[in-house]
Amino acid sequence: MTAPVPLQPKPDVPAWRLLLTLGLAGALAGFLLVFVYQITLPIIERNKAERLAAAIEEVLKAPDHYDTLYVSNGALTRQLPPGANPAKLDAVYLGYHADGTRIGYAIASQEPGFQDQVRLIFGYDDATSTLLGMKVLESKETPGLGDKIEKSEAFISQFDGVEAPLKGVKAREGTGDPHEVDMITGATISSRTVIRIINDALERMGPMLKAYETAPATAAGEAGQ
Amino acid sequence: MSNTTPQQDFFRGIWRENPVLIQMLGLCPALAVTNSVANAVVMGIATFFVLTGSSLLVSLVKKLVPGEVRISTYILIIATFVTVADMTLEAFVPDIHKALGAFVALIVVNCIILARQEAFASKNPVGRSLLDAVGTGIGFMIAMLMMGTVREVLGNGTILDGTRFGMKVIPGNYEPWVIFVLPPGGFLTLGFWLLIISWFQKRRTERARIREWPEGVAAQKEAA
Repeated sequence: MTAPVPLQPKPDVPAWRLLLTLGLAGALAGFLLVFVYQITLPIIERNKAERLAAAIEEVLKAPDHYDTLYVSNGALTRQLPPGANPAKLDAVYLGYHADGTRIGYAIASQEPGFQDQVRLIFGYDDATSTLLGMKVLESKETPGLGDKIEKSEAFISQFDGVEAPLKGVKAREGTGDPHEVDMITGATISSRTVIRIINDALERMGPMLKAYETAPATAAGEAGQ
Repeated sequence: MSNTTPQQDFFRGIWRENPVLIQMLGLCPALAVTNSVANAVVMGIATFFVLTGSSLLVSLVKKLVPGEVRISTYILIIATFVTVADMTLEAFVPDIHKALGAFVALIVVNCIILARQEAFASKNPVGRSLLDAVGTGIGFMIAMLMMGTVREVLGNGTILDGTRFGMKVIPGNYEPWVIFVLPPGGFLTLGFWLLIISWFQKRRTERARIREWPEGVAAQKEAA
C-alpha cells in the first residue's frame, strides 16, 4: 500500500517570479492607462460641456449669454462657495436676452424612469410660471416606446408654453387647460416621469428662484466683483 | 504548435469556426448591443482591437509568463486594452459609448478573447497569433453586422440611423416591428441565423458524403 502523495506546487517556479510577473504586468498596465486617461479626459470633459451648453441653448431659445448659479445652503449664488467642487453642486443657468432682460432659468434634474435614471433639462420663465422647452439629456427608456420622450417632436414641443405645475393627460383627452401635457400612448410611465421630474424640480427650486428674483441688487453686486 | 497553414489560421475564425455563429461564444454582446448597425459596428471594432492587441501581447510574452499565473496575466492584459478602448470611445463617439453602456467594459469577460489567448496565442508564434486574432475579430464583426442589420431594418426601418450615413430603407407607412430592437428580437434574429447556417452546413456535409461515396449513399437511401 502506498500512501497518497500530497499535492505539492511545482518547485521549478519560485514564488518571487510569480509575484514579479504579475507586479510588472500590473505596473505596465497602470502606466499605459494613466497615459490614455490623461489624453482622453480633456476631450471627454469638453464633450460633456458642449452637450450641456447646446442643451441650455435649446431650452432657453438661444440666449445671448447665461450665468451659472450654484445651489448652496438653500439659496442660489453666482459665486462658487469657497472650497466647493463645481461638479458636485446642483446648478441652474439664468439666460439673458442681448438687452440684459431675463429669459428664464434652465434647470437640470433627474429621477428614476421606467428603466433607469432619466436626466433632463428644462427652461422655465419664473415671472409667468411658464416652461420654455425641455430636452432629455440621458435616458435608457425602452427603444420605440419610452424613448419617444426624447424623439417625439409632438411630445417635446408641448413643453414650450405650458404652465407649471404640469398635469399629464391621455392623448386627445385634454380640456384645453394650460397646465396640461398630452402623454405618449404606450409610454405612460416615461411621460409621467418627465412631468414628475419637472414638477419636483420646480417645487424644490421654486422658492430659491423667487428669492433670487427679488434680490437683484445682490446679484448685480456679485456680478460687479 | 498548430499544424495549420497561415491561410487556415486567418480564415478559420471568419467562417468555419465563426466565434458567434458556430462556436456560440460571446453571445451576450451579440444579443445585447446589436439593436442598431452603428452599435454593432462600434462593438465589433472595440472587440477586434482588444482581441488583436491582447493576442499580440500574449504571444510576445508567452515565454516569460509562468504557467501558474498565466490566466491572471492574460486578464490583466485584456482589461488594460478594454479600458483603453472604453476611454477612447467615450472621448470620440460619446453617443455610441452611452448606448453600449456596460457592454464595453464587459469585453474583459468576453470568452472569445480569453479563448483565443488560452487556445492559440499562448502556444503559437506572434505572426500566426495575429492572423488568428484578426480572423476571429472579423468573424465576430460579421456576426454582429448580420444581427444588427436585420434588427435595425425590421425594428426601425432604417440602416445606420443616428450617423451621417443614416437612411430609411423601408419607405412609406411602415410601422416598425419594435420587438426586433428589444431584447426578444435579439433571440429571434440569432435563432433564425443559426437555423439558416446549420441548414447550409447540413447540406454541405451531405453533399461531401455523396461526392466521396456515391454508390454507398444511394444504397443507404434505398435501404431506408
